[in-house]
Amino acid sequence: MNAQLSLWVEIPVAILLVLSGLFALIGAIGLVRMKDYFQRMHPPALASTLGAWCVALASIICFSALKSGPVLHAWLIPILLSITVPVTTLLLARAALFRKRMAGDNVPAEVSSRRTESGS
Amino acid sequence: MSPLLSNAIVLTLFLFSLAMVFTLIRLFKGPSAQDRVLALDYLYIVAMLMMLTLGIRYSSDTYFEAALLIALFGFVGSFALAKFLLRGEVIE
Amino acid sequence: MKRLFPAPWLSLALWLLWLVLNLSISPGNLLLGAALGFCAPLMMRKLRPQRIHIRRPGVILRLILMVGRDVVVSNLAVAWGVLNAGRRQPRSRFIKVPLDLRDAHGLAALSMVCTVVPGTVWSELALDRSILLMHVWDLDDEAQFIQHFKITYERPLMEIFE
Repeated sequence: MNAQLSLWVEIPVAILLVLSGLFALIGAIGLVRMKDYFQRMHPPALASTLGAWCVALASIICFSALKSGPVLHAWLIPILLSITVPVTTLLLARAALFRKRMAGDNVPAEVSSRRTESGS
Repeated sequence: MSPLLSNAIVLTLFLFSLAMVFTLIRLFKGPSAQDRVLALDYLYIVAMLMMLTLGIRYSSDTYFEAALLIALFGFVGSFALAKFLLRGEVIE
Repeated sequence: MKRLFPAPWLSLALWLLWLVLNLSISPGNLLLGAALGFCAPLMMRKLRPQRIHIRRPGVILRLILMVGRDVVVSNLAVAWGVLNAGRRQPRSRFIKVPLDLRDAHGLAALSMVCTVVPGTVWSELALDRSILLMHVWDLDDEAQFIQHFKITYERPLMEIFE
């Protein structure tokens, strides 16, 4: 593929790519910087939502311009991520709650056990 | 490929690598096991975004398939680790 | 028709997925994708515990647009909060949200929406599906947040699935 991209295609692609890089970096900074485990669960969502959207959009624009026709397969990545990432995040949150309760840390009690709530 | 786009791609790859370094810090430091799993999951996602960026750099479709594979394997790996933590066998 | 296509939407989605993955609409690929869309739901029928009733496609579209907008907004909020964390720690804490939605598929969709939007993590659901424990990144007013959550996400899902 030797086709040359026009400047009007390259500018949005470049901006979108750098934006997604920034979002991934901010997510990683948040992962290192935040004090509490549950606070650290939020920043990674930056890369898997807006970061991935930006890269996918850039890839769609770039390939569509190169092949002069819509090439939409990069959208599969955000769709796949929006299905798989919630599953992992949810399981990790539940695992962390479970482990912190076992360790006796300060986390909310189980919401479903009515008996212990009324008993205590 | 004009200098503008290739420089932007180099900058993006640099930002992604920096993000990976920060994530590695959390992976090695992470006080609890769930911190490490979270960092590993993030590492997979950033690697996948990197693959897509490389696909734009070399204008090739093969990188897209690699990105899909990384996403799937990352999901399965983190899912298994999180499930293992949830079963509570790690803390006896 | 019902026996041949137990899940028409799933068949259609699989067919489109095959075409997009292969990046071609040649007759061979059209046929292969159609075969995949025909066979996969038939083989998976035994695994599906309940039938889904989906109503109001217009509401689904509006919900997707709303979630997309909220994702962008809360992305910027979380990014700003991370960069600003040295000066002002975000007020993160757990809240309990009372739920009216009971349908299992609706709850699955709600958990997806809630986790995809950065700033909220779905943590635990009560066994009788009445209370949801949720971790919020930066909470200003609890009652207002719960009301916003219920109006923007839960009510459209109740319209779609119940």
